[in-house]
Amino acid sequence: MSTGTKLTGADIVIKALRDQGVDTIFGYPGGAVLPIYDALFKQNDIKHILVRHEQAAVHAAEGYARSTGKVGVVLVTSGPGATNAVTGLVDALMDSIPLVCLTGQVPTHLIGNDAFQECDTTGITRPATKHNYLVKDVNNLARTLHEGFYVAKSGRPGPVVIDIPKDVQFAEGTYRTPGESQPKSYRPQVKPDLNRVEEAVELIANAKRPIFYVGGGVINAGPIASQLLTQFVRMTGYPCTNTLMGLGAYPASDPQFLGMLGMHGTYEANLAMHGCDVMINIGARFDDRVTGKLSEFSPGSKKIHVDIDPSNINKNVPVDIAIVGDAAYVLEDMIRIWKARQKRPDQKALKAWWDQINQWRAKDCLRYDRTDQVIKPQYALERLRDAVKGRDDVFISTEVGQHQMWAAQFLPFDKPNRWLTSGGLGTMGYGLPAAIGAQIGNPKGLCIDVAGEASILMNIQELSTAAQYRLPVKVFILNNQWMGMVRQWQELLHGSRYSHSYSEALPDFVKLAEAFGGVGLRATKVSEVDDVIRTMIETPRFVVVDMCVDPKENCFPMIPGGKAHNEMLLGPEERVSEATPEEGMVLV
Amino acid sequence: MAPQDTIRRHTISVLVDNEPGVLARVIGLFSGRGYNIESLTVAEVNEKDSLSRITVVTSGTPMIIEQIKAQLDRLVPVHKVKDLTLAGPFIEREMALVKVSGSGEKRVEALRIADIFKARVVDATITSFVFEITGTAEELNRFVELMDQLGLVDISRTGAVAMSRGAAGL
Repeated sequence: MSTGTKLTGADIVIKALRDQGVDTIFGYPGGAVLPIYDALFKQNDIKHILVRHEQAAVHAAEGYARSTGKVGVVLVTSGPGATNAVTGLVDALMDSIPLVCLTGQVPTHLIGNDAFQECDTTGITRPATKHNYLVKDVNNLARTLHEGFYVAKSGRPGPVVIDIPKDVQFAEGTYRTPGESQPKSYRPQVKPDLNRVEEAVELIANAKRPIFYVGGGVINAGPIASQLLTQFVRMTGYPCTNTLMGLGAYPASDPQFLGMLGMHGTYEANLAMHGCDVMINIGARFDDRVTGKLSEFSPGSKKIHVDIDPSNINKNVPVDIAIVGDAAYVLEDMIRIWKARQKRPDQKALKAWWDQINQWRAKDCLRYDRTDQVIKPQYALERLRDAVKGRDDVFISTEVGQHQMWAAQFLPFDKPNRWLTSGGLGTMGYGLPAAIGAQIGNPKGLCIDVAGEASILMNIQELSTAAQYRLPVKVFILNNQWMGMVRQWQELLHGSRYSHSYSEALPDFVKLAEAFGGVGLRATKVSEVDDVIRTMIETPRFVVVDMCVDPKENCFPMIPGGKAHNEMLLGPEERVSEATPEEGMVLV
Repeated sequence: MAPQDTIRRHTISVLVDNEPGVLARVIGLFSGRGYNIESLTVAEVNEKDSLSRITVVTSGTPMIIEQIKAQLDRLVPVHKVKDLTLAGPFIEREMALVKVSGSGEKRVEALRIADIFKARVVDATITSFVFEITGTAEELNRFVELMDQLGLVDISRTGAVAMSRGAAGL
């Protein structure tokens, strides 16, 4: 069909999705999107994955987007369809995941009349999205859809909502191709100011105690950015730490990698951040989980900050050199300038710095009590790690809590787009739908949701989606019968008063898996762990593993709220001081 | 540059697409992130391209002001953000309608002060006046303070509009 052909709004939606290269959408039908579902029925190019709850549609689209690098697409109805999607939208906003979420709306003449399943979707989602639209004229629909995709994936990616009233879906209008519709005002800067990059390279080359601090921005800049980062870090010989969102940007198995930093990061990463003289932040945002107490954050360092979003610069931490741009472009320029100027790091200073770091490393901060009396959650993850060693097709998602931090600590990610976790919003219930989305995007991959028994119950209904599409996703529950992270904070900061954090009346997860049509496995003894993991991987259907782990285990190391990087707790033998300051207690 | 902890008043001009919801985006940004709004005015200034100009007066430390501008700039319908306070000399004006009621000496005095402030009488009854006054926020404050003692009954203010001095446009 050529430009200018008259189509119904619903057909315009399908055609625009196709022209944007979309082959998969995640959704749930309802009254206000029936015309679009009808148009979906009449075609075969776009596959629709029917979820069991709209929140899960958004998380699945996030998992799909994060694991494939494409824009995730969601289709939900008006009212509750839209409000259920809100958690997923905020999650994608916080973690910079490109999404386009199409929501049905009541017919334009009923908007504002409190119609059945009406809500002010654009009003509700305004602070939950990067941008949103209400399309009242079918002739603006195609342009808006294309602009929505452009906004979602350009600059710092994020979710976009396009609210489409039902009468607009029925009305006939003119189609416009992507090339005919460019947004008027939104032009994010992707190429850096070279003068700043040159200054940064000088500072990097003259550093005595440098560290690369790398975040999700490098993942969002595409696999090429991770390659460039790895190349540059190796050229310098400097240590590198990744944020939770940045895991996989620098290969975990590389000797220059110090592990994750932050609240549950490694001792060496956090002390290196504290003691460095030059910090090279690429695509991270000085999140409070990373910085700890701001006034004592890396007090003696010069800071370089590379970010595609200018609003992240000087937001929490004032920096010395700010570079606005896409991480891949910036790294490319840094490498070029470094080579052209034949930079050589100060080897003597660097050796002293590595000696220091290796002393910190010798603390072995991730050690735990290796017992054969009870399955330690760390042990279960180490066995999982060993069972998938050498495979390039493993995608790990998580829920939120202790298991998430252990997964980040114990599972190595050597490549980007293999690690799917809710970092900014911390959404329990994220992991299973995200694993489903990753499995849809990577049909041959091994997609594992590392879960806790509390989180998994927040979107357990998605096992039904896994059953419908025969998705062999694995749910690896570290079942400690507690909302573990809540219990840990109550133990450390609230006098062991375990208020409502016990997972009472848990279901039998093995029977639950079977009821949904999958396979359930359980390990209660250390000797059963390897068998269960092997069977889980070999089973070509969806599997729920009930790994019954030590209910008392806490996640260390830990920087308590309101403390600085050099005030880490390494293990249960180090208690949070009785005098935890009030200001620290109020932090989440 | 001012010390990092000094709170200063800034007047910021923002050029935006004149579309539904754009004002809600700007106001939501200020309330959601806890920024202060002293005044905010908006009206269409370019019908052909459907652009509106927002003038927002806010206050904060240099770091907060930098954040406000960066956050405004990343809103999709925003074309341009300019900090007039930092950009050089600029003109800021506000208009107010001020209703005063009274008789005798107070009424005469109100008229006399209005004359000094170059306020115009835009409505009059036997017992009241409505003055129209234009000036800086400080001038308006001063006028209102004086009228308060002379039978002030109602005030309506526009909030500030502003632009830079010299030949260059926004």
